[in-house]
Amino acid sequence: MRHTLSIIVENHYGELARIVGLFSARGYNIESLTVAETLDPSISCVTLVTAGDDRTIEQIVKQVDKLVRVLHVADLTGSAHLERELVLINVTTGSSAALQTVLSLVAQDHLRVAEVMNDGLIIEATGEWKHINTLVEALRPLGIRHIVRTGTVAVSKSPDDKVVKLSVAHLQQHRTPPNPAVPKTEDGEKEIHL
Amino acid sequence: MPLMVRQDSSPAAMGREPIPEELRGARILLEGLIREGTDTIFGYPGGAVLHIYDELARMRSRLRHILVRHEQGAVHMAEGYSKATGKVGVVLVTSGPGATNTVTGIANAYMDSTPLVLITGQVPRKMIGTDAFQEVDTIGITRPCTKYNYMVRDVRELAAIVHEAFHLARTGRPGPVLIDIPKDVTAETAPFMPCDELRLPGYRPSHRADERQLERALEKIRAAKRPVLYVGGGIIHSAASEELVRLAEILHFPVTPTLMGLGCFPAAHPLCLGMLGMHGAYWANMAVAQADLLLSIGVRFDDRVTGALDKFARDAEIIHIDVDNSSLSKNVFAHNAILGDARTVINQMLDLLNAEARKLPADRLDPWWRQIETWKTQAPLSYGESIDAIKPQHLCKELDRLTAGEAIIATDVGQHQMWLAQYYGFRRPRQSLTSGGLGTMGYGFPAALGAQLAYPDRQVIAFVGDGGFQMTAQELATAVQYGTNIKVIVMNNNSLGMVRQWQQIFYDRNYSHVDMEWQPDFVKLAQAYGATGLRARHPAELSTVLEQGLSTPGVVVMDIIVEVEENVFPMVPPGGGIADMVLG
Repeated sequence: MRHTLSIIVENHYGELARIVGLFSARGYNIESLTVAETLDPSISCVTLVTAGDDRTIEQIVKQVDKLVRVLHVADLTGSAHLERELVLINVTTGSSAALQTVLSLVAQDHLRVAEVMNDGLIIEATGEWKHINTLVEALRPLGIRHIVRTGTVAVSKSPDDKVVKLSVAHLQQHRTPPNPAVPKTEDGEKEIHL
Repeated sequence: MPLMVRQDSSPAAMGREPIPEELRGARILLEGLIREGTDTIFGYPGGAVLHIYDELARMRSRLRHILVRHEQGAVHMAEGYSKATGKVGVVLVTSGPGATNTVTGIANAYMDSTPLVLITGQVPRKMIGTDAFQEVDTIGITRPCTKYNYMVRDVRELAAIVHEAFHLARTGRPGPVLIDIPKDVTAETAPFMPCDELRLPGYRPSHRADERQLERALEKIRAAKRPVLYVGGGIIHSAASEELVRLAEILHFPVTPTLMGLGCFPAAHPLCLGMLGMHGAYWANMAVAQADLLLSIGVRFDDRVTGALDKFARDAEIIHIDVDNSSLSKNVFAHNAILGDARTVINQMLDLLNAEARKLPADRLDPWWRQIETWKTQAPLSYGESIDAIKPQHLCKELDRLTAGEAIIATDVGQHQMWLAQYYGFRRPRQSLTSGGLGTMGYGFPAALGAQLAYPDRQVIAFVGDGGFQMTAQELATAVQYGTNIKVIVMNNNSLGMVRQWQQIFYDRNYSHVDMEWQPDFVKLAQAYGATGLRARHPAELSTVLEQGLSTPGVVVMDIIVEVEENVFPMVPPGGGIADMVLG
């Protein structure tokens, strides 16, 4: 069964490699993976979609949770949450039938035309992964030239969000390192280590 | 030289507080190691660690450095040192091949939960990623076989990283932690501020068990009619042996230790069944197979213990207590999975049990104990005696007799390891040093050497096969150089015995590359290194050679020529259940 995990991890060098390495080493599947910072730039949120029976998922959650820099792992599947994926599709619109298909999908609010080119369109759509799959199938006959999907991101509907709590708590407790901090990069931008 | 420490770095405090000394990274590292209790480093120098060795030379009185002959030896020595003492073993090697040579040892320590801190040199920061001389991605290579690893990118982080590394290595489920330090970081200076703070918000090793869960477990424990206490290395890591003995005695439960648990419960204790598993005691395996309750503490249901999972303790209520959450219900579903430190949890159980200990009469389990005795009489550990050839089992029994079960003994992997586990009665924790999880040939001798260097006056024995000994025999030079009294017993069957056994039984005697058609003369090899070499070929010589070898000062290699065609029995064949034992 498909499971969406939300992994909150300290933004240190190599932590993403550690998560990904764990999955490949133990033979777990990664269907999609996204990573970006949270409210606290020193903490990242990884949304990882995997598949397996209940015992496999339990092991995955425990193994990921065991990683030293992982602050929290939640299996969002089974609890109230919202999933979204973004897709960019470069399609040909050679025939009027093709154009009609696209326009009807636009009318139904399933997608947006992001850019118009001479012989085609770049289509942008967001939705649950199933929705994106359906959309891709609808557009496939038109001739898809390029397609890029972001993979799923997911957010809990719980009023008591662990991610926000953790990042706020982490910000307060660990903002000041005990030893002089690593210098910032020259332009003053924060470093992204993952 | 005393190091001045600044308590407060605010400008206002600067006038009153002493200013911290500026030290080189190399020195900050070594001061950090000493602060964490390090007295011995097993290492090998090289280009990337020259600054560290430069500092080491000035610190001879505070830090002992053991110059090994191969970096794999350094890690196994640190493992042996750690396993024997309970302290964190420390290794120092250079970049590139220095680091890659440690990988077998690191993986071994990771599997057997041995706390180590490894320092590897790295090329200077500016050269990282340029395929520089002796550059390798040590962090990438060791990521899957360390508990954690660090690349030090700033000398000002070094003190904190060293402190964290030791904390990670020795707490929770222990394991190896690696610190990769670019050469230029060891040359830079920074104010040395000893660090006691940990920045590990995601790392929370558990200690106490949930009381309600424990109560539920105890209900089952009280009601059990066919219980078995299955215990392992976790008992040793958490120093819970005394508590375990008390628990077993109150409950009157039979106890079976794993290979990694040998010594955690005294082998001679009347409640001890001996080791379980692939080459475990028949009655221990039968007891587990037919148990109605398996109280498992500090074990991980390894495949060499369980055999076929669907036949393992099928009727048993499984209570699993472990400090590593990911070990709970990993291989075998635990009806009651209790997360916690073995010693703390056993003490919690003792507190709950003490009040009602009298309500648990020992005779309530009499039928179960009678059944176990029956199995024991049906299939005791046995082997055919011989007057022409030394039987390896007899060798193990003689060793037990001559050392009164008191020696620290390290083994490799294979037949000799199993025979020793079956026939040597380990009395205490930290006496048995063996490569369990990874099954590493070449581990035993350096591991024993590490233990001997920790305890110069104790009887420490490397009990190895002729195959394994040749994988790390070069450490004889180390053993002699540091004036140790280590005794090496080579159980020499002139072949790779366990592989030969499997080829005999499961591949219809199609022996493929298991005979050592050319061997060194181990007696002369010992002599070439400046050690004493002895040999026994006939059963009549065995005791004399062992007695002489064990009592001769200095390094002694005893080449014991044993029966070649001897197999380890009983045995659970691959794919078989724990009770499907081939008896011989």
